[in-house]
Amino acid sequence: MTVIEVRNLRKAYGDTLAVRDVSFTVEAGEIFGILGPNGAGKTTTVECVSGLRRPDAGVIRVLDRDPDDRSLRSDVGVQLQESGLPDKLTVREALELYASFYAEPADWRALTRELGLGEKLSTSYVKLSGGQKQRLSIALALIGSPRIAILDELTTGLDPQARRDTWDLIESVRASGVTIVLVTHFMEEAERLCDRLAVIDRGEVVALDTPAGLIAGMDSEQRIRFRPSAPIDDVLLLARPEVRQVTHHGSQLEVVGTGNLLHAVTSVLAVNEIIAADLRIEQASLDDAFVQLTGRFGKE
Amino acid sequence: MPVFAKLTLTEIKLFLREPISAFFVLFFPTLLVVILGSIPSFREPQADLGGARVIDLYVGIAVALTLAMVAIQVTPAVLATYRERGVLRRLATTPVSPLKLLGAQLAMFGLAAIASTALVLAVGRLAFDVRLADNFPAFVLAFLLTAAGTLAIGIFVAAVVPSGKAGNSVGTILFFPLMFFAGLWTPREVMPEVLQRIADFTPLGAGERALNEAMTGSWPSLLSATVLLGYVAVFGFAAVRSFRWS
Repeated sequence: MTVIEVRNLRKAYGDTLAVRDVSFTVEAGEIFGILGPNGAGKTTTVECVSGLRRPDAGVIRVLDRDPDDRSLRSDVGVQLQESGLPDKLTVREALELYASFYAEPADWRALTRELGLGEKLSTSYVKLSGGQKQRLSIALALIGSPRIAILDELTTGLDPQARRDTWDLIESVRASGVTIVLVTHFMEEAERLCDRLAVIDRGEVVALDTPAGLIAGMDSEQRIRFRPSAPIDDVLLLARPEVRQVTHHGSQLEVVGTGNLLHAVTSVLAVNEIIAADLRIEQASLDDAFVQLTGRFGKE
Repeated sequence: MPVFAKLTLTEIKLFLREPISAFFVLFFPTLLVVILGSIPSFREPQADLGGARVIDLYVGIAVALTLAMVAIQVTPAVLATYRERGVLRRLATTPVSPLKLLGAQLAMFGLAAIASTALVLAVGRLAFDVRLADNFPAFVLAFLLTAAGTLAIGIFVAAVVPSGKAGNSVGTILFFPLMFFAGLWTPREVMPEVLQRIADFTPLGAGERALNEAMTGSWPSLLSATVLLGYVAVFGFAAVRSFRWS
């Protein structure tokens, strides 16, 4: 079942075209990632889906309703960047207040336990660390027991442990049947969590696939690095069809090629009775796929 | 508890957690009455005040001061901070309209102004025998007109300033000249004629005049009421047109 449909979305701010042409659908129960470099139009896209901005053109349907439909607000939980709380409001007050907005709220005590905020209930918002504010923000997005959760830059500002805990939480939220739309520019997160990904660049969807599909789809090269126990003539390696390029980095040798590259290299070494020390194989990652798709690096 | 009541209660808690501004709004006007009332000559009838005492005038001025602090100083700072911090933006994603939060804020400010005014009137009466004339509805009307006129200005400032800090600064800059015309430093009655006529057209000058008229038993004059309603119309319209949620 399709829960979100976006067709030919277009949105400009003055002369700046933030979203040129974005289309995708999100199916019930999946974790759908929106990946892209900064300024690609990710946030604008989810703001339009959340009903906070009106598109200039295109069609958006959320649970078969228009995003403007206020009845959607209790079905869609949103965690946005640049949304805060009053400084002197405590964590408990924020949770109780926001829980009172919904007819069937989630158990906020359980949420705070899962998000590691249980100790911070009487702390005021201004005294929370960046990561704690972020976790409170996630809790507030989930407090209405939404059918869809839209999470923008979910783990920005979290330390690695909190980030992994948050990923676990997201997986358990999905396991309870919630559809999740995740905006991120963080590859590891996208690769770990998302069932499908839309890669957005310069306001357009440049790819839409599973993380594995995106990686497999690129004309990927492998890269093998090792330290040979004795000097070896490059020509011997380059004679193999799998090998495209051999470069020397001090005592290290780097071989770039395609196909069953590892087998090709090790058999040449075996024939010449050379042992490879410190052998490392670099395979394409989502990062590489992303760079190839957008011509830019994901991580700043 | 209905959401609106819960929001209002939350706003009241937050207001009380800012002790300095809460003190000024709730107690400073009364403190002013107490200090001025302690000066013996201010408790004597004055011929150039038409037989009124200085303290009689300052009870009305203290009520105007309460409304000025709430509407001109606190409202723009708080509302603009809420927008700047994304409090309104977050609320827009929930079933509760951000308008409800604005309503809760106005309710809270209204309650604070009423509490402070009640304290001013009670202390004025008990300590210095300043009596409201029998026409209490006229006083309520003058209070509401002044509150509406000043709040319209405060909300307009909140709508156009870029940040909470700017809201605070603009509010403070407006506060002093507006309170001057309300007679905080020199009661309107002893101002030169020209200043009095100018004061009639300022929101707090008109407000203080309406309050004073009500305290002496008459209804707010047509001039004061028209001026205050004019501020509500002009600044209210401009505020609605220019208010941004994020």
